[in-house]
Amino acid sequence: MELRRLERTSRYEWRIAPHGDMRVPAIIYADEGLIRDMDDKVYEQVTNVATLPGIVSASYAMPDAHWGYGFPIGGVAAFDPQAGGIISAGGVGFDISCGVRTMVTGLARGDVEPCKEALADALFAAVPAGLGSRGDIRLSEEEMTAMLAGGARWAVDRGYGLAADLDRIEEGGCMAGATPEYVSDRARQRQEREMGTLGSGNHYLEVQEIVGISDPDAARAFGLAVGEIVVAIHCGSRGLGHQIGTEFLRDMAIEDSRLGLLLPDRELACSPIDSALGRRYLGAMRAAINCAFANRQIIGHLLRRALSAVLPGAAASLLFDVSHNTCKVEDHEIDGRPRSLFVHRKGATRAFGPGHPTLPEPLRAAGQPVFVGGSMGTASWILAGTAASENRAFSSACHGAGRSMSRHQARRNWRGSDVVEMLARRGTVIRSPSMRGVAEEAPGAYKDVAAVIDATHNAGLARKVAELRPLVCIKG
Amino acid sequence: MPAGAGSWSHFSHEADIGLAGSGPTLEAVFEQVATAMTGAVTDPDLVQPLHRIAVHCEAPDVEMLLIEWLNALVFEMATQDMLFGRFEVRIEGNRLDGAAWGERVSRERHQPAVEIKGATYTGLAVRQENGGWTARCVVDV
Repeated sequence: MELRRLERTSRYEWRIAPHGDMRVPAIIYADEGLIRDMDDKVYEQVTNVATLPGIVSASYAMPDAHWGYGFPIGGVAAFDPQAGGIISAGGVGFDISCGVRTMVTGLARGDVEPCKEALADALFAAVPAGLGSRGDIRLSEEEMTAMLAGGARWAVDRGYGLAADLDRIEEGGCMAGATPEYVSDRARQRQEREMGTLGSGNHYLEVQEIVGISDPDAARAFGLAVGEIVVAIHCGSRGLGHQIGTEFLRDMAIEDSRLGLLLPDRELACSPIDSALGRRYLGAMRAAINCAFANRQIIGHLLRRALSAVLPGAAASLLFDVSHNTCKVEDHEIDGRPRSLFVHRKGATRAFGPGHPTLPEPLRAAGQPVFVGGSMGTASWILAGTAASENRAFSSACHGAGRSMSRHQARRNWRGSDVVEMLARRGTVIRSPSMRGVAEEAPGAYKDVAAVIDATHNAGLARKVAELRPLVCIKG
Repeated sequence: MPAGAGSWSHFSHEADIGLAGSGPTLEAVFEQVATAMTGAVTDPDLVQPLHRIAVHCEAPDVEMLLIEWLNALVFEMATQDMLFGRFEVRIEGNRLDGAAWGERVSRERHQPAVEIKGATYTGLAVRQENGGWTARCVVDV
């Protein structure tokens, strides 16, 4: 991205002044290097979002922003229903409520290292991963409806995981306002055999070692210590969410044409929050959030079983579960006045600061945990929301490293088996049903997560707590 | 890469995969883009045309019809555990009647790299130029 198109307002904040149809400015949080490397499409997409009706304050992009569809990946925008605000299916994306769940084991690296291969085999056998993999769980129509209304609470009631987990999931594991009757038969059909499955692409399950602590107080509150082992699950609402995204994107695009709403990109398809279609999408999208909660809850249960089978007596307690493709109603103070806003985060993580009333008591003083995935061979990070983040992008932070290379190019550069061997030499065991998939997800195809983390920390979006290295990675 | 009349390719997209096709007719270009979509998952030549499924869809314009066609195939791939390697399309006005031939996914033989979540409207274009047709779109994977 060309620097001259941006106004640098601080070392880590870049502003695009409103021009054309923009209703608000666009703000990108990044250092100079990240900005230079960002695709021009991010400029175009973050600017396009600023033209949408009812947008409040600014259209934001996180330090890991990259070319998405409609919104940039790493895009954040809030809309006010009182000011004609919209809700956008494209602004949430297909993988509704895709997110990361991190569990703390208290195990030391020395406990895991001797049985790393066995643990990888057990996890790979326990958690279905990759295209065409199916779970053992089949839901009847009634059960599907109960799952869509109940989320992780439904899963706990059915014996997946612990009641204590619920406090450690956004919304207590159950998204209020979900309307399962707005979820189509086709969306339900796509989910029939996908409960408890990881999916493919950039989704993963990793066993990670904590290799560094930056904030000892927060680390203590989160139960993290150097040399100990955590487990992270990255996946979303599976076929159900994808189908809801597909159907509402189409319905909104058709409705926008009918109403004469001219959008700079059809993928920004949206409806007024206060409209029949907007309300239907909201109800269905919230049901998909519950599907993602239930899915990660089931996978967490499968993971615990596999872990204790390999390491008798081992347990994993849930640190937190946070989504990065959502639209949530949140109260934010704008110009000294509290307003209830529909905050879209597309490839961006909510990052509530210390003291936020929705956080569970043991985490409240430290702030909300934020999980930032690296790639198979590079670090992941645990961050925490800051007091300052409320004034930056509605308490949002980055979500991952972001790709630096297309899948096509990655496939030309690497063979999957070579990537597996190279990572084995570095101490990371990979299991995946597809070597082509491993090649496309090669660590070299991703940006350096360290630069993204530094910019996120220095911009005040979230602060560093712990750095993690992968020991085992199950790749879909 | 030829498959029937026309050709298909992928174009670079940072997060996802761009599909492109060209062909002598609108129908041919729809078939090519569908082949490109399979090409995002596996080598289409590895997919045997053992089973046929029928696809019908409608949309207000030809660009949205391309997305409907691809999303109908995504639905069949997801719910039938199938990959498709051969396609046949008829288009009349806003309506498409098509068929796809393929087989159940074999993880060993097809080494599926990604699953397609859905076809997006980003970068979507269907154009008639130089006596033929071209089309492109981005799929989320």
